[in-house]
Amino acid sequence: MSVAPVEIERTESESAPFQVPDPDVPWVTIVHNDPVNLMSYVVYVFQTYFGYPKEKARQLMLDVHHKGRATVSSGTREEMERDVQAMHGFGLWATLQHDK
Amino acid sequence: MTGLFKRAHGGGAQLTLDPVEASILRSLMVQMLELIGPGPGADTPEDPLAALFAEGPTKPPADPALARLFPDAYAEGPEASEHSSEFRRYTENDLRARKRDDAFAVVRAIDAAEEDRKGRPVVRLDPEGCHRALGALNDLRLTLGTRLDVSEDDDSLYALPDEDPRKPMVMAYLWLGGLQESLLETMV
Repeated sequence: MSVAPVEIERTESESAPFQVPDPDVPWVTIVHNDPVNLMSYVVYVFQTYFGYPKEKARQLMLDVHHKGRATVSSGTREEMERDVQAMHGFGLWATLQHDK
Repeated sequence: MTGLFKRAHGGGAQLTLDPVEASILRSLMVQMLELIGPGPGADTPEDPLAALFAEGPTKPPADPALARLFPDAYAEGPEASEHSSEFRRYTENDLRARKRDDAFAVVRAIDAAEEDRKGRPVVRLDPEGCHRALGALNDLRLTLGTRLDVSEDDDSLYALPDEDPRKPMVMAYLWLGGLQESLLETMV
């Protein structure tokens, strides 16, 4: 997540006129363990879709395998819906939720 | 059942099968195509424009294998079920279409296979065909794995007596795993 540059001076008139739902609480995509998908395939999906380096992809796969689930990406709800849809396309069992 | 994918000269991959294996693989893909189908609510093939705006289903498929291929997107929170329905309505038809396209691509590649000198079909895939086949093999393994109730804690499936009716499907499941792994190795 990015942080607003500190130089920008906010005056009264520029402030947001209504309350936006807390933008600092992102949504996350979670991949769940399943007994069918090959470990090598899961690593491949994390590398090719998310562009993660092999080591990170491998660690996420191991988290899914050993802990039953892992958070694989975070962002806006729309972005996470896109990621979940892509994961389902690859045959991974994925859900999205508001991060806690 | 020893044929595995190999890297092909000039990109892509190839798989030499014996004719029986080719026919088993084709038939499994066709069965999966029939299982996936166009899906509920997508019965307007006459009018492509209507099909474009047709909304998908809002409930998870009743068949466990289909429910695994098209799972709910929201699992937690009071509105999970409502959000999952909404997500499904806008995504499931596309997902079904894509999985069907992938399986069709494998069927077409098998049908287009030329025989080697020993009369064995050689299935050739270009790089895009590799991606499609990788997905289709995975979908097929998810389908068979759900039917067989595969679990990580129980490997009794892999020691079934020959007369067990599940044995052929287990053999196919393991064979497809080997095929998928070998295809993946040609792609990385």
